[in-house]
Amino acid sequence: MADFSIVGKRLPMVDAPDKVTGRALYTDDLALPGMLVGKILHSPHAHARLRSIDTARAERLAGVVAVVTGRDFPNKYGILPIGHDETAFAVEKVRYIGDNVAGVAAETEELARQALELIEVEYEILPAWFDGEETMKAAANWIHDDRPHNIEKEYHHVFGDLEKGLAEADLAVSERFVCAEVTHAALEPHSTLADYAPQAGRITVWSSTQVPYYLHLTLANVLSLPHEKIRVIKPLVGGGFGGKSEVIPIEVEAACLSYKAQRPVKITYTREEVFYAHRGRPVQIVELTLGAQRDGRICAVKARIVQDGGAYCGYGPVTLLYSGALLGAMYDIQNVQFDGYRVLTNKPACGAMRGHGTVNTRFAFESLLDRVAVELGLDPAEIRLKNQLRPPCITVNQLRVTSYGYPECIRQVVEKSGWRKKRGKLPYGKGIGIAGSHYVSGAANSIIRGDMPHSTVKLRVELDASVVLLTGASEIGQGSDTIQVQLVAEELGVLPERIKLVAADTQLTPIDLGSYSSRVTFMAGNACLEAARNLKKKIFAAVAPAWGLLPEALEARGDRIVARNGAGKSMGFAEAAAVARQKFGALEAEGSYAPPADARGGKFKGAGVGPSPAYSYSAQVAEVTVDPETGQVTVDRITVAHDCGRALNPMTVEGQVEGSVWMGLGQAVQEEMIWRDGRLLNPSMLEYKVASTLESPEIDTILVESIDPEGPLGAKEAGEGSLAAAIPAVANAIYDAVGVRITSTPITPEKILKALREKEKQKARGNGGPR
Amino acid sequence: MDKGHIRLRVNGQGFDVSVPPNKLLLDVLREDLRLTGAKRGCDDSSCGCCTVLVDGTPMLSCVMLAASYPEADITTIEGVAEGDQLHPLQEGFCVEGGAQCGFCTPGIILVAKALLAENPNPTRQQIAEAISGNLCRCTGYKQIYASIEHAIKKLPVQPAEAVGRGD
Repeated sequence: MADFSIVGKRLPMVDAPDKVTGRALYTDDLALPGMLVGKILHSPHAHARLRSIDTARAERLAGVVAVVTGRDFPNKYGILPIGHDETAFAVEKVRYIGDNVAGVAAETEELARQALELIEVEYEILPAWFDGEETMKAAANWIHDDRPHNIEKEYHHVFGDLEKGLAEADLAVSERFVCAEVTHAALEPHSTLADYAPQAGRITVWSSTQVPYYLHLTLANVLSLPHEKIRVIKPLVGGGFGGKSEVIPIEVEAACLSYKAQRPVKITYTREEVFYAHRGRPVQIVELTLGAQRDGRICAVKARIVQDGGAYCGYGPVTLLYSGALLGAMYDIQNVQFDGYRVLTNKPACGAMRGHGTVNTRFAFESLLDRVAVELGLDPAEIRLKNQLRPPCITVNQLRVTSYGYPECIRQVVEKSGWRKKRGKLPYGKGIGIAGSHYVSGAANSIIRGDMPHSTVKLRVELDASVVLLTGASEIGQGSDTIQVQLVAEELGVLPERIKLVAADTQLTPIDLGSYSSRVTFMAGNACLEAARNLKKKIFAAVAPAWGLLPEALEARGDRIVARNGAGKSMGFAEAAAVARQKFGALEAEGSYAPPADARGGKFKGAGVGPSPAYSYSAQVAEVTVDPETGQVTVDRITVAHDCGRALNPMTVEGQVEGSVWMGLGQAVQEEMIWRDGRLLNPSMLEYKVASTLESPEIDTILVESIDPEGPLGAKEAGEGSLAAAIPAVANAIYDAVGVRITSTPITPEKILKALREKEKQKARGNGGPR
Repeated sequence: MDKGHIRLRVNGQGFDVSVPPNKLLLDVLREDLRLTGAKRGCDDSSCGCCTVLVDGTPMLSCVMLAASYPEADITTIEGVAEGDQLHPLQEGFCVEGGAQCGFCTPGIILVAKALLAENPNPTRQQIAEAISGNLCRCTGYKQIYASIEHAIKKLPVQPAEAVGRGD
């Protein structure tokens, strides 16, 4: 049994005191002398050619310092090397309502708004595409000329032998699922402060980003500046959920305006602008077939996915590939076919959102698996156990699985929820459902291919024996700063109070790829452990000779360096650090993490997405009440078990799991971006229904610790994997309650009522009950 | 718009500021007094991030004209701790994980402070109702309840007359 003193404890987050006292500074809280306010002119048209832009009147307005348009900064960028299709401001065309036409920096917000109204733009309206399936039929006026028929990317993967799998099936079921678009709705609106110093030719950018390193690269590209002239600093971030995991237009626009104005410029989005900046979860149409043998073994999976991704590439192809790669990979399924299309429409670009790419397909898969269980007369919990992986193993699509707490998650939620007493035995209108999900602990292949470590950290012991931890990792509220401090303190055997964390400043901190794909605990965490081990080595090497011992005979614990084997030798950490400084001068060490080669997946086109050094697993039981008169669904309780490898801080892990489940419930029953002809009908927190306390159920959380062999002290991801299962768990519970299957999200009262009426009609016609 | 002189009392301290009469209290706090603990999370008073206490009552500073509150006693999150001593609510949000990204935290702590001043021993349902105007996108609210309940256990039960307006 591992014996830890700091890891495994419910420690408060290191930045919590600042957050509860108002001292915490987010980007919009920052101000610089001479700072200007930036505002953006957005396109009122979904698809139009820019005939002319006249900014002369805006420039003449007193108090306006800079006006920029696409012509000033025409370099293309995008988060994926294969998708550089954005510019800071539109150059030839606008491609969605809200697209970026021009920017203004002025002395006050009021003046900036006035200036926007003085910019004259002449548009030539083009036909626009709003539907994912219709857009593929476009014969001309493609949204990007080099993307014929508005298809951004398509992938066709076959693993095993689908025909053979279907031939072996005793039962094959198919269904078409449609998932509405949802968005992150982080409470902090995106904000960027840029400060270009013309004499030094340097720009410093503070931004609410999950990816300071990628922002740094993009700024160099857009501004045509060398890397050493750029510094990106991430202040506290008020929630990300993926919405700040690629470069958002204002991040480059504030920089462009500051560059031109030669003064600091801050732009903070209004909430409406946040909704239009979007990059959330796309509409996906999932046509899914499952083939099963009589005993419940799934022998074939076939999916066709059309993903309506909006007007730019963004993370789109990655979203689609995750949908395919993780579709069947949490179960032992040998025959899988996936055909996916990421198409362009004249709406804001979609992107990465918590559970990236896995959520809609999981809803489809777990809903259909429930139907298979019912039709075969099997317990839905049992059918999941029946199809479990036997790790260590490689899935049919070449994902390496090293630890697998999923069966234990199922057993625990079944036990805790009283599943066996309740399923099929509750009165009409009450129901219980089960589902599972999984997620990567970071992507094994980085966005920009190469062998550079994904995370590097540095430790430096100061004169006062405090330990400065320099990390590029991005705290966005998930607690990653805290986890890194805990890991360094644990490995160094010192009190967490000794650690001073300096994070996410591209001038000071080593490269970390960012906070996305749930990678920070695993990757920065392993880098922290390596750095701490290297630092200890130096201290031991300095201290051991004086004791007449070998360095290997020492250990660090209880804020001291001590000799093992009861030699009676002991020295406080501060004293030991002083001894080591005599030997080495500066007392520093670094550590890094790169995913091992055998975790990086296959060689086929698209194989780069899906592989991870480790996967988390989640099982959930939802209990619901459905009012058959109104169709209203109330989620009464969720019992969730999440396999996080090892819970380095059970309090923050539980917070991540509960937040994920809760966000999944939002998509399950109430969240939806409602579009009409490219215009968002609900761009506010009043109309886009994020659940308040009153709509939020009890969540009963269980942590399962599978102790991953490569995770930092056994840990895996905790922040995303539990989102997806919430949706099918609720859908399956609704079936248990009233006998209808809803195959689209959100599951609204209207859909339930319609399905109930349809079922009554069928009953009246005498052709059977629920399917 | 022409600036006018107003006097505000915030966290027990008097401030003289010169601002346009249409300036919102939230903007005066954030820009003129540099008290940035109150946040702007939405455009339409629907998120609760800008909550401050006005004579002990939680109000949304994003829809209040600063000039209308010259006599009021305004409390922001910066005025909740006493010196280096965290208020039990603040301590609760640290030790029970109620603050993840922290953006909704100031507003929720202030609403909870007002609730506990009126009702020192609220039920879970009463807490849920009190903070239902404050959205949190991180926690699913469970650890927020635990944070507030931590404070309930810590706070001495006050005699009724000691509750309410300060000084």
